[in-house]
Amino acid sequence: MSGFGALWQDPQVTNALLVGTVVSALAGLVGVFVVMRGQAFAGHILTDVGAAGASGSLLAGVNAWYGFVSFGLLAGTGVEVFGNRARSRDAGTGIVLSFAMGLEALFLFLVTRYTNNAGATMLILFGSLFTADPSLTPVVVGVALFMVALLLFIYRPLLLCTVNPEIAQARGVRVRLIGVLFMLLMVLAVENASIVAGALLATALLIGPAAAAMRLTTRTSLALLLAAGIGVTVTGLGILLAYESYYWPPTGRGWPVGFFISALIFLIYLAVGFGRSSAGAGRSSAGAGHRPQKGA
Amino acid sequence: MFFAGFVVNAYISGAVIACLAAMVGFFTLLRGSAFAAHALPKVGFAGAAGAILIRADPIIGLAVFATGGALAMGWLGRRGRRDVAVALTLVVALGTGALFLVLQNGYASDAYSLLFGQTVGISSRQVFDTLVLGVAGIVSLLILYRPLLFASITPEGAQARGLPVDRVDTAFLVITGLATAVTVPVVGILLTFSLIVAPAAAAGHLTHRPLRSLATSAGIAVVTVWAALTMAFVTGLPIGFFVATISTLVYAGARLVEFLLRTRTDGGRQGVR
Amino acid sequence: MSAIPVLEVEGLSVTLGGRTVLDEINIRIQPGQFIGLIGPNGAGKTTLLRVILGLIKPDRGTVRIAGGTSRGGKPRGGNRFIGYVPQKLHLDPDAPLRGRDLVALGLDGDRWGIPFPSQRRHRRIDEGLAAVDALAFADKPVGRLSGGEQQRLTIAQALLTDPKLLLLDEPLSNLDIRSVHEVVRLIAGIGRQNGIAVLLVAHDLNPLLGVMDEVLYLARGRAVQGRVEKIIQKDVLSRLYGYDVEVLRTAGRILVVGGADSGLDVLDLAGGFHCGHEGGAIS
Ligand SMILES: Nc1ncnc2c1ncn2[C@@H]1O[C@H](COP(=O)(O)OP(=O)(O)O)[C@@H](O)[C@H]1O
Ligand SMILES: [Mg+2]
Repeated sequence: MSGFGALWQDPQVTNALLVGTVVSALAGLVGVFVVMRGQAFAGHILTDVGAAGASGSLLAGVNAWYGFVSFGLLAGTGVEVFGNRARSRDAGTGIVLSFAMGLEALFLFLVTRYTNNAGATMLILFGSLFTADPSLTPVVVGVALFMVALLLFIYRPLLLCTVNPEIAQARGVRVRLIGVLFMLLMVLAVENASIVAGALLATALLIGPAAAAMRLTTRTSLALLLAAGIGVTVTGLGILLAYESYYWPPTGRGWPVGFFISALIFLIYLAVGFGRSSAGAGRSSAGAGHRPQKGA
Repeated sequence: MFFAGFVVNAYISGAVIACLAAMVGFFTLLRGSAFAAHALPKVGFAGAAGAILIRADPIIGLAVFATGGALAMGWLGRRGRRDVAVALTLVVALGTGALFLVLQNGYASDAYSLLFGQTVGISSRQVFDTLVLGVAGIVSLLILYRPLLFASITPEGAQARGLPVDRVDTAFLVITGLATAVTVPVVGILLTFSLIVAPAAAAGHLTHRPLRSLATSAGIAVVTVWAALTMAFVTGLPIGFFVATISTLVYAGARLVEFLLRTRTDGGRQGVR
Repeated sequence: MSAIPVLEVEGLSVTLGGRTVLDEINIRIQPGQFIGLIGPNGAGKTTLLRVILGLIKPDRGTVRIAGGTSRGGKPRGGNRFIGYVPQKLHLDPDAPLRGRDLVALGLDGDRWGIPFPSQRRHRRIDEGLAAVDALAFADKPVGRLSGGEQQRLTIAQALLTDPKLLLLDEPLSNLDIRSVHEVVRLIAGIGRQNGIAVLLVAHDLNPLLGVMDEVLYLARGRAVQGRVEKIIQKDVLSRLYGYDVEVLRTAGRILVVGGADSGLDVLDLAGGFHCGHEGGAIS
């Protein structure tokens, strides 16, 4: 336990813990709705599109966060505008995604070749919380807190639209507007998480805690709390373990935060599932009452 | 330069890969399993990184992880939501992959070449492997064609007729993993998904007959890959970028053709395609 | 009738996840009979169909189809005696699949390999399409057809194996009133003409009133079978539900209404909307 003493004095670590907590709480909250609405794929797509933007901004010499967010917003708008009109969901999103990934490949390739920065790919795809630019912290934290407030503000109509869009429409809820606002929430949750865990692992923070929480309870409000709690815990533990791992073999390199986060999340998900099935709780799930969804 | 051995090799493997990927794509769209098709190449990437770490052939690591990941998605998916199962499998594999990459000494160029695809220096041995695996995948899809179609469209009906729907589903996921394993080395992790989804999506706008659609997607995919290979050789940029761009254009073209045909036939009787 | 029953279920009990879903069920269906399987949500209707198909192994009891004993467990021999119409298609509008391709799966969808076109195959498929009056939209993409049209295609798919018994799971939900009557008339006609027994699941019995020979009423995992006038009675249904229900007959419709102590709980109503203590009191 050689590392933990110095831990709290290290500004990099405290910064990482602050950013990590806020970002994973937001991702957990939004994730519950993402899972309920069957939008895990859409959420994941945003990470890839974001990565295209991030690599583009590295090419341009701007902080990756701006690339993540701007491309994410662009893609989110695209999915909202075209996704609803496109008659075939999977094909349409697939095409958008495949084009974005083409750009991602090109940008990453160019970054690696012209900036001679082989670490750039690693940075974008797998994240590096410890080297996060501290000047960005207020922006990330501010945006995340604002998004949590927005989620709480639209909580009830969002839930109604998610569970029963027809009834929501009949009651005069502006389903379309709620959809757009939720897409905005999802974009910012995902792109913020991308900074923490990297584009490839933001999906972990978005889907994992929510899926585990929804195996534990069928009450939405409780699921939200649990998801945020699991997300924060897992991220905190991941950061501490990653810090500690500098003393593990091969010494001096440190294991990636994303590895710890995803491994912990998966273990929790499995443990929760087995705990529940041995308790014989039947078929109930927090997804009850939602449209059965075929795709994955 | 165009007669260099590896160029010919690239065109041969490209054709086989394109056929297999597009056929997988046809069923992928029919079943709404695009997320799995998107995730498996990335899962395979982790395997490649692991193989490099233990100094094994990255392609073998890729194949093991892609098929193993497919099985994991099937197993988890039967016990929960399908999209969550895919997301979690993906996430765990990537986390492990990140670890493998870090544990290697610095920059693992082999792993990164898989990210973008490798078109130069394809050996005859590799072409042979690709041919064997690719043809095996194509043949198994043709054999599975009817049960898979049945299980994809009316799963309950297929089950009632005694089809082992779960096993057919798993078989398809494994074939997707296999297709991934042969496609990634050429096209790259990032754009294997394009080759799976885009030709099938385009073909879906050109015909509504399943077999014809299957054949059309394969044809589109072969043309796409050959064109992309040519451009990659000429420009030296990653082939994946060209696969994505050409695919997007072909998709747009297919929709345009559909639109034109529809406006033409709307005047008279609805055309039967 | 002295013929061998198409379906004979005796003393059937099924437990799922520790709960008794079906409890000592007895059913007897004669060739060509039209039976409406009626019951509230969660009564066990789908479970019963799955047991008949051999997809769920019963804990106790026997299922005999056309005289032969079903082993329970895996459906062998492709269930050619039974046609099954599942509840709903989930198909993409752009899915590359025409009506006739969907129907063709009923003919040989469980065989390996790609289908080889033949005159005979084409004729069989056309006959199937004609039987449900679906030739007009047979070449259109299935995903763009209306719910009623899709329903007719899945019925044609189930008929291609020349079944003796047709099982339909809630074929009428998600249909507008006009299509409901069309589909009911179509199914009844096919059953009569070909001597196929029909077991049709619905949660509202009114659309079936003119056509069904008998009703099989399922509630709390138990079942009663008989003619509508005999079964849809206050005392019979009250015994089945385990508490007092009322049966109202107005303007040619039948409403089954929950007991006075729980207010006005409508159990079955045209259009099938349920209110009141649905989960608690009934299931
Ligand atoms: N695999 C299963 N495990 C546990 N319970 C089940 C399972 N399948 C169905 N049930 C339960 O059995 C009951 C009957 O279900 P079902 O046959 O689908 O009802 P119906 O079709 O009449 O609406 C329900 O309470 C349902 O929750
Ligand atoms: Mg049912």
